Amino acid sequence: MGFFDKLKHVFSGQEEDKQTVEEQKYEKGLEKSRKTFGDKLNELFANFRSVDEEFFEELEEKLIEADVGFETAVKISEELQEEVKLRNVKDKKDVSNAIIEKLVSLYEAEGTTEDNSLHFSQNEPTVFLFVGVNGVGKTTTIGKLAHRYQQEGKKVLLAAADTFRAGAIEQLVEWGRRVDVEVVRKPERSDPAAVVFDAVRKAKNENYDILLVDTAGRLQNKVNLMNELGKIARVITRELPDAPQEVLLALDATTGQNALTQAKQFKDVTNVTGIVLTKLDGTAKGGIVLAIRNELHLPVKLVGLGEKMDDLRDFEPVEFVYGLFNGLVEAPKEEN
Amino acid sequence: MAFEGLTERLQNAISKLRKKGKISEADVREVMREIRLALLEADVNFQVVKDFVKTVRTRAIGAEVLESLTPAQQIVKIVNDELTKVMGEEAVELNKSDKIPTIIMMVGLQGAGKTTTLGKLALKLKNEKKARPLMIAADVYRPAAIDQLEILGKSIDVPVFSMGTDVSPVEIVRKGLELAAEKKNDYVLIDTAGRLQIDELLMDELAQIKTLAQPDEILLTVDAMTGQNAVEVAKGFNEQLDVTGVVLTKLDGDTRGGAALSIRAVTGKPIKFIGQGEKMTDLDVFYPDRMSSRILGMGDMLTLIEKAQQDFDEKKAQQMQEKMRENSFDFNDFIDQMEQVQKMGPMEDIIKMIPGMANNPAIKNLKVDPKDIEHLKAVVYSMTNEERENPDLFNPSRRKRIAAGSGRPIHEVNRMIKQFNEMKKMMGKVSKGNFEGMEGMFGNGLSGKLAKMSMNSMARKNKKRKLKRLKNKKRRK
Repeated sequence: MGFFDKLKHVFSGQEEDKQTVEEQKYEKGLEKSRKTFGDKLNELFANFRSVDEEFFEELEEKLIEADVGFETAVKISEELQEEVKLRNVKDKKDVSNAIIEKLVSLYEAEGTTEDNSLHFSQNEPTVFLFVGVNGVGKTTTIGKLAHRYQQEGKKVLLAAADTFRAGAIEQLVEWGRRVDVEVVRKPERSDPAAVVFDAVRKAKNENYDILLVDTAGRLQNKVNLMNELGKIARVITRELPDAPQEVLLALDATTGQNALTQAKQFKDVTNVTGIVLTKLDGTAKGGIVLAIRNELHLPVKLVGLGEKMDDLRDFEPVEFVYGLFNGLVEAPKEEN
Repeated sequence: MAFEGLTERLQNAISKLRKKGKISEADVREVMREIRLALLEADVNFQVVKDFVKTVRTRAIGAEVLESLTPAQQIVKIVNDELTKVMGEEAVELNKSDKIPTIIMMVGLQGAGKTTTLGKLALKLKNEKKARPLMIAADVYRPAAIDQLEILGKSIDVPVFSMGTDVSPVEIVRKGLELAAEKKNDYVLIDTAGRLQIDELLMDELAQIKTLAQPDEILLTVDAMTGQNAVEVAKGFNEQLDVTGVVLTKLDGDTRGGAALSIRAVTGKPIKFIGQGEKMTDLDVFYPDRMSSRILGMGDMLTLIEKAQQDFDEKKAQQMQEKMRENSFDFNDFIDQMEQVQKMGPMEDIIKMIPGMANNPAIKNLKVDPKDIEHLKAVVYSMTNEERENPDLFNPSRRKRIAAGSGRPIHEVNRMIKQFNEMKKMMGKVSKGNFEGMEGMFGNGLSGKLAKMSMNSMARKNKKRKLKRLKNKKRRK
């Protein structure tokens, strides 16, 4: 339980002085997530005298309420039921510990081979392709990311390949103006693959470091639109064989079970390499991270924690779990 | 289409019961567990699920079910009733002010679809009520939000009032309302920036706009894919702004749409519209009863018929029926039919509205590529007029020419001609009231699509039957 111990360390204050700005940011962004998830579970423990069928039903509900995913919730609850029987646990504290252990180890086990970092190309321009359903925050994420790389002194290019939604091109151009980055655009309704082609060419010829490609939001059950994405990806690969280095699926953290279908379907048409979890500051849950890990095996690479330009962060699993289980791990600690 | 997953689970749970003549309390409990899981899996808020299951259980355990001869049907009926109840019994009209203008304000989280819905609503009002709406662009935060509304306004020919992004939204609304009064617009639609319900500063701004504009309608826009969080969002906005209705967007995705169930239950505010597509006309009135029938896989003939009536050219349909009766249906009519049906929306959605079809395993994964229809059309367009009118003409050389002309492989041409002939035969039967052999038609891929062409007449017949059934029911009572 290396990870679990590490958590305890963090909570017991031994590493408090090391807490960086980064962690504070997480803590703040996740304030809502953490409180509700931890508190809800504590509440559950407080409400039950004995561990019976009804308790597990309740637990299942609490997990589902936290959007950890239906499958995950049922899995956890069933495994626990087994374990409690096996160990003949009666005490509430033990059960509570078992649950947290279960959650943490589940989180760890699924994520051992996970790679949370973004990949860059060595010599040629790096290309990130952003995909996702409507309104999850693709364009905003690109704007924030462009700002970040611009600040790092990289030469950044944006491609406005959302030629469908009214005002989408203007939105990206506005971001480009704000963060002082060039945007490749064509008139509305033109072929998005053509925009991407021009952008890749430009990036190649003028030695850009990074090209961020915005695409139109599409619901994952629209066959034609999904095929269009495949085409865009092919155009990129044809020009730059190693690109796109990342295909990032933007997911709205407030989305429920549908997030899982989204990820599955997008994975089918483009080789999604990671997830950008947006609007994480808006949800009281954040349990979706567990679901994504457990059921999709896709690493979360970036998280959106607020509206400001620097509120897009690299995903730090440790900090996230720290936030999620805070308050839960403390309770057993006092017992010790 | 939304709700399929829910439908499937409920059907599974209930079909177990269907095999039994008499059911015990234990059976009911079993079904309730399945229903509970189905609803939870569909993102319905857990508290709503709890209450729902409790109500259904109490009613199901009552004597009326256990002792009835068809317990399974009884339970379906109860679930159907209660679902409808949870979602609000009837469709609720848009509020209207006594004197112009009626003011409508859109609120919601970022990316829920406020601006798009606003445009759709303006178009709907314009088309259905001959309204002269004015849209006010008060989203000064998101880059290019104003451009988006202006572009939408241009495409649907509705004026947009904007003052750039340097003016406060409250001021924009004030000026916008003045303009509307001056121009005598009968509807004013206010677009606001997306915000979190916990963002006090921005929520306060909305409250100010509300005080100023005194809107007749505050529509909360919610993404149908939202998870458990939907309830908190709805609660947050409702408590601070006292919203008057809800619009559920992106229902054309494959979301199970449990949010629809939760929101009404928790806020008591009616869902007024649902957004189901990318086109500007894709905004529909929300009918709770129809939706719950759809959840239960009972089909949605009403919507289907309405769609058919709305989109079908009455005269053409009449002609078509005539042709079907005379059995002189040819490839020209075939193309007409195709176009008519295409106008009604994606094929798979239409099919699923037919009772019993939503759960047909062959249909379940059916994805109809709109291009397939274009291909079929291309084949027909490559025929000479003579060939179109007389399908018996096709010999191998003609077929080869058509294949080359349409750029489709020859086997596709062959298949289409064969299916056309089958369809013609079937139409002869159908128009004589014989539905035999129909089931097979919905089986595999293309033939399924072709069978749909006869839907026009089937819908009509079903409507008649339904009326008949309803009459009989009344008589029995």
